[in-house]
Amino acid sequence: MSDSIDSSAVTADAAGLAAKPGTGQSGTVVRSTVMRRLIRNPLGIASLVILGTIAILAIFAPVLAPFEENFANISKTLAPADSVNILGTDSAGRDTWSRLLFGAQLTLLSALLCAGVAIAIGLPAGLIAGYYAGKFEAVSNWVVSILMSLPGLIVLLTIRAAFGPSVWISMIAFGVLISPSYFRLTRTAVQSVRNELYVDAARVSGLSDLSIIARHIFSVVRAPIIIQTAAIAGVAIAIQSGLEFLGLGDPTKATWGVMLSEGFKNVYLTPTLLLWPALAMALTIGGLVLLGNAIRDALEDGEKIKHRKKRSVATAEGTTAEPAKARQSRKSVAAVELGTEHHLIKVTNLGVGYPQADGSVKKVVDDVSFHVDRGEILGIVGESGSGKSQTAFSILGLLPDNARIVGGSIQFDGNYTVAPGDDRVNQERLSKLRGKRISYIPQEPMSNLDPAFTIGYQLVTPMVRVLGITKAEARTRALKLLTDVGIANPERTFDAYPHEVSGGMAQRVLIAGAISCEPDLVIADEPTTALDVTVQADVLDLLRELQQRLNIGVILVTHNFGVVADLCDRVAVMQNGRLVEEGTVRDILRNPKEQYTQTLLGSMLEGKTPMTMLVTPQKEPVA
Amino acid sequence: MIKFIAKRLGSGLVVLFVVSALTFTLLYISSGSIAQNILGDQATPEQVALKEQELGLDQPLVTRYFAWLGDALTGNLGASWFTSEPVANSLATRIPVTMTMVFTAMILIALCAALIGVAAAVKRGWVDRVVQIGAIVGDSIPGYVIGVFLVTILAIQLGLFPATSTISPEVGPEAWVVSMTLPVIALLINGVTGGAQQIRSAVIKQLERDYVRTLRSRGIGEREILFKHVLRSAAPAGLTVLSLQLIGMLGGVVIIEQIFALPGMGPLAVAATGQSDLPVVMGVVMYTVVVVIVVNLLVDILNGWLNPKVRVS
Repeated sequence: MSDSIDSSAVTADAAGLAAKPGTGQSGTVVRSTVMRRLIRNPLGIASLVILGTIAILAIFAPVLAPFEENFANISKTLAPADSVNILGTDSAGRDTWSRLLFGAQLTLLSALLCAGVAIAIGLPAGLIAGYYAGKFEAVSNWVVSILMSLPGLIVLLTIRAAFGPSVWISMIAFGVLISPSYFRLTRTAVQSVRNELYVDAARVSGLSDLSIIARHIFSVVRAPIIIQTAAIAGVAIAIQSGLEFLGLGDPTKATWGVMLSEGFKNVYLTPTLLLWPALAMALTIGGLVLLGNAIRDALEDGEKIKHRKKRSVATAEGTTAEPAKARQSRKSVAAVELGTEHHLIKVTNLGVGYPQADGSVKKVVDDVSFHVDRGEILGIVGESGSGKSQTAFSILGLLPDNARIVGGSIQFDGNYTVAPGDDRVNQERLSKLRGKRISYIPQEPMSNLDPAFTIGYQLVTPMVRVLGITKAEARTRALKLLTDVGIANPERTFDAYPHEVSGGMAQRVLIAGAISCEPDLVIADEPTTALDVTVQADVLDLLRELQQRLNIGVILVTHNFGVVADLCDRVAVMQNGRLVEEGTVRDILRNPKEQYTQTLLGSMLEGKTPMTMLVTPQKEPVA
Repeated sequence: MIKFIAKRLGSGLVVLFVVSALTFTLLYISSGSIAQNILGDQATPEQVALKEQELGLDQPLVTRYFAWLGDALTGNLGASWFTSEPVANSLATRIPVTMTMVFTAMILIALCAALIGVAAAVKRGWVDRVVQIGAIVGDSIPGYVIGVFLVTILAIQLGLFPATSTISPEVGPEAWVVSMTLPVIALLINGVTGGAQQIRSAVIKQLERDYVRTLRSRGIGEREILFKHVLRSAAPAGLTVLSLQLIGMLGGVVIIEQIFALPGMGPLAVAATGQSDLPVVMGVVMYTVVVVIVVNLLVDILNGWLNPKVRVS
């Protein structure tokens, strides 16, 4: 029904877009592709056609309408459609079609006025609040929270009581009331851009604040503002017509709301009078909603396509540039795997892919084979997007829903979790292994703990579920585990919420969680990348100590040869979804055969003493 | 927690004060010819002056506001200029009607929107598509237009429901339920379509969080992850969505009550607005702001309970 609901929803969406800087709307080139994508989207083109038609009808209303908006032919009331009154007449003998056209004019103009006022207030205020923050932001936030908490219709009733029936005054008031949605949108966008490097660079190079705002920030908020305006225009039309429906509008004007109310009064005689204004309203608001959705989709698709292009180009290079070498290395790795010997985990010719919209499948892991035994640490090394995390997640059965196994198999302790020919991981089998025999140490400590539950709860519950022990037993074990991973005051950490501990501490908690059910295999995905350098060394020491004491197998996914040298027995090097080289750490570090491994090593060790902990706390997106 | 509630309550009272002062100023600044309107065109200037004196319109604005505020604090919101009925009395008889509808609709919205939204987020597929299309359709048709068509088709054309619902609870629960059905449906359709879509987004956002994957890796079952962790984290967003809907509904219900001729706040507000019956308009605004503040306070408390981080700060 109302105002604040719908607009706030769209605010959230649009703000989400604005919060991502560079959503693809900087510069005319990108904009034109968005426009093209919009036109190619059937819903986009439909909404443009609907809105365009209504706009043209509204603009030429004085020419197109056969009668004046208030011309009443009293001898011809509630008449059905005929050649003179093509949609019939109302109870005062006024022509429905003419009134519909004049109504369109007024409706569109008032919606524009409302959006204009809201932009004129919300945009500058949002820019200032986002760019300079400080007191202005605090005060405006307070005002916004008041404005947002008032139901639009009640405010408009008050305005009507104070200033009388005027479409324009009520739409200006509603514009003021709804301006927070532009304010929030702009502020969020500006805040996310403000600290970007290129804005700093602009500032350092001596550009004034004004020109920085004009050049960089407007390009970011432009698209979300268009989406927002479509939504707000729709809400404005709904609320304006509601006011008129209540009989509180300007009685001298023909509007859709008045027409609806007129139809409702005569609903027993001519219910068709209701149909036309309702249809006009639904088409206009619906057109605006669809337009907003289509623009958002066009922008989001732009993001996806850009992202996809980058990835698939990389894969293509990998497969075409060095086909001979790739095949060779595959052979050498496969030779190790040909035997039937029993391993803790055995990955054979694994392929993982994502089906694309055009029906093809983009492979992110291709023909990867390796194995790990108890008491052994295998490092999987590669740069971002090399497929190492995807490989790890296929072992855990935690690939995203749309991922497919496109080849090969995975055996855990002799049982297939991915049998040859399967296109999905066998969840039935893996759900019994996960947590119990295979466990996982994630990369980013903070985001991997549920903020709403205490650390103790998050340690105890898996033990209760997996091992079937009582809560009290699990608690005792959890406290012991926390001590084992080097936490000085386990009781306090046990009772703490995740936001109350440091990142290093949280990673220790996650390691404690991973070993809590005495697994045979631990998969650690960049376990130290998000930590401070000093803490990294501690965590690695802890991992090694636990691995030796518990005699577990570990797969350590990393992009860091320093970590590999420090911790691993064997190492597998991945590039573009393929395994390029595999062997003992000693062999690979001393005598890398593949060009790629050499490059990786060179970039790590150049000018530095090998086998030390030279690690940059650089975050890598999960590939 | 008590400190947290006290702080929120305090800021709510400040909002109440600010809004009342602003509304009062806005209403009375433009109230030039009210005495004339009340007395009609035939009134002599002397009579008008006398009426203005009687209504206190000759006093300065600040004096009048604090007089009103003082009375309001003792529960006296003045009397209607046209019917002389005390505003507090009219509110007391009408608020129950409106609030019954609003809260019935809200509870149904919360249930349906949560159920459908979560199903769409978890199952995706056709449920998801229906939710997306429903949201577009719901956004396109204002709730009162839905109300008008419900009356026209279900009540007038098919005769399944009474077209107007002026029955009070005394006539028996069944008649009451029957007469409330259409207005409540008209109120909740937009809420369900919009709410389901927003709850869906909130749940999907949580399902994609890292900790969900880690919980899976620990051997926690899908159902436990969904009901204990994901829904709990998505709840604040859902609550905010629902509270905004409830606030919007305070406006929407005015039109719905007008359509169904219900003796709630709607007709009172509309009549007072049309006549510029300022004490009544003031009363309507105050009731609205109080409901909004109470709802926001409840949402804050629930969120504090759900999210330990909020509670601490």
